[in-house]
Amino acid sequence: MTDMSQPGTAAPSGKNRSSLLAADARTKRRNASERRFRLMGLIAVSIGVLALVGLLTSILGNGLSSFRQTYIALDVYLDPAKLDKSGTRDIEKIKKVTTFGYKPLIEKALVAAIEKAGVDDQGLSGKKIGAMISPEAPATLRNYVIANPDKIGETIPFDLLAGGRIDGFFKGRVTMESAALDRNTSPEQLRLAEALRDKGIVVTRFNWAFFTSPDASDTRPEAAGLGVALLGSAYMMLVVLVLALPIGVAASIYLEEFARQNWLTDLIEVNISNLAAVPSIVFGILGLAAFINFAGLPQSAPIVGGLVLTLMTLPTIIIATRAALKAVPPSIRDAALGVGASKMQTVFHHVLPLAMPGILTGTIIGLAQALGESAPLLLIGMVAFVREYPGAPPEGFFDPASALPVQVYNWTTRGDPAFVERASGAIIVLLAFLLMMNIIAIILRRRFERRW
Amino acid sequence: MFDTPHRETSVDQTEIKISARGCQVYYGDTHAIKDVSVEIEDKTVTAFIGPSGCGKSTFLRCLNRMNDTIDICRVEGDILLDGEDIYDPKVDPVQLRAKVGMVFQKPNPFPKSIYDNIAYGPRIHGLARNKAELDEIVEKSLRRGAIWNEVKDRLDAPGTGLSGGQQQRLCIARAIATEPEVLLMDEPCSALDPIATAQVEELIDELRQQYSVVIVTHSMQQAARVSQKTAFFHLGNLVEYGETGHIFTNPEDPRTESYITGRIG
Repeated sequence: MTDMSQPGTAAPSGKNRSSLLAADARTKRRNASERRFRLMGLIAVSIGVLALVGLLTSILGNGLSSFRQTYIALDVYLDPAKLDKSGTRDIEKIKKVTTFGYKPLIEKALVAAIEKAGVDDQGLSGKKIGAMISPEAPATLRNYVIANPDKIGETIPFDLLAGGRIDGFFKGRVTMESAALDRNTSPEQLRLAEALRDKGIVVTRFNWAFFTSPDASDTRPEAAGLGVALLGSAYMMLVVLVLALPIGVAASIYLEEFARQNWLTDLIEVNISNLAAVPSIVFGILGLAAFINFAGLPQSAPIVGGLVLTLMTLPTIIIATRAALKAVPPSIRDAALGVGASKMQTVFHHVLPLAMPGILTGTIIGLAQALGESAPLLLIGMVAFVREYPGAPPEGFFDPASALPVQVYNWTTRGDPAFVERASGAIIVLLAFLLMMNIIAIILRRRFERRW
Repeated sequence: MFDTPHRETSVDQTEIKISARGCQVYYGDTHAIKDVSVEIEDKTVTAFIGPSGCGKSTFLRCLNRMNDTIDICRVEGDILLDGEDIYDPKVDPVQLRAKVGMVFQKPNPFPKSIYDNIAYGPRIHGLARNKAELDEIVEKSLRRGAIWNEVKDRLDAPGTGLSGGQQQRLCIARAIATEPEVLLMDEPCSALDPIATAQVEELIDELRQQYSVVIVTHSMQQAARVSQKTAFFHLGNLVEYGETGHIFTNPEDPRTESYITGRIG
């Protein structure tokens, strides 16, 4: 025995005893592998950061300009001869005048403004000059007149949307060269617009309408806004929060604290985990079949979107809540039971408050997921072109609406490059909301966190 | 075989508080407690000793039905508290646990203020009609828990901020705040240093005036110091039960002797 261990014991006491100051081969190999691992980690982090920076620059570069919009300030004479031929100011008669009746008024006002400012009109015809204004402008005018019929005959100052190409020119999207090839605009129009900007008639300012106005048709990207999509998303989030949070938390508490551990609860647990991994579009098909075809709920409605997203979010919330409940030390449960608290008192007085940060974080992550989800919404018809705002809740839940991610998808399929800018702008809004929700999650976590 | 000789010395002055008859406990297929019959007296400290895994904690947890929380645990036989079967289907374990308080191995104060830690039990059992009464209960419990002087100026401070020994005394005060009749202690000093242990032991001795105390301990010295009765468990069997002095000086079973002398366990 001692003979056999001789060579081993000789090493520390013998002459080849290693010095602590010189690393031996084994240590060197170990250190080298540690350095390699650190390098790999660093590379991984760098790739991630680079991807994030690339994504953000691309989106911000494309989309920030959508928060500014070019307007033309005009004094428009609301000609009674055109708008109210009968002279009775009868609202029904005024409504009969379509936007085509308003277009010449705007054209005339712009030509007059150009003359008054003494700007060279580049030899453009009145029609070409009128084309610099968005096709949305006559609608703006008409809505104003229908709302204020007594203003007919007066000259009213308006800030009217400039055409998409003019707007694009000031944002750098349209150049003289591209305009020369473009049937919708011309270099002359751009030069005129530039001259008008110097005179203060054409102005670029913050685009509130982007957040408030509804979607617009293919020919007027400058008028397209996120109003309906924001409202639709807000309604859906409300539905998800009201349904998914109580159902999810109740289910988790029951499964975690009350249900006996047997094959049935195991089966449920496995199924919940599987549901969390089901592709979201499958939930869309389910929603289409269950809520629209079977239950007869309307298409494109936030209630259906909310229900589908609730189904999608539930597994996330349940898994997060169960993890949070599991993380509460059992000694707290023992303590409460030991002083004679009932099971329910134990859960609601002691376990739930301690699990709250985890539950809230899980819920907000689930909500954020639901907010960014587009696939299931495509299947239940939320990709439709909606210009009407949904009504106030609760009826509004059944009105057609859009949603933020679907609006992004919708705009990216349009032809006009101005919609690319709008889509990127919508992505920025979406990201801002997600960031906000995550910050709220962190704040709630911090506030509710207690040590034990 | 030797489970009767204690009777002659015990029953004459004190009354029986808890009486277990033929108690069997199973964890799934494991037979954890084998046919244990024991009579625990009022106003007495009873110590359960034995090697790890011998079932002494399991048996303790049967006395206030804490084992109900474990799904696979099954209890057979009778356990009577003042002559009433606590495993009767009509018994609500919540009411039982108000009568039979428990202190755990690891100090486990609620992550709330010291005041709320004590007040929680009285609140849920409706022992106080108003704030003044509740204040009184809190003070009385903390005094009886021998921790009043240390915490009276910071009742709003979190209970989790106290030292280990203080936390354990807080837990004892919490357990006696609900006016229990029996106090079960599952190795209450195993996480404490000798000074805190001494304080808790002194406290246990005082508590004996009003309660029946059952304490599980790994330390034979502690059992000898604080208890009047000792039960020795081995592999799920109650090997020997009797006067503490008798058990430690003159054990009747060879297994008890081996354990006490350090040959098993």
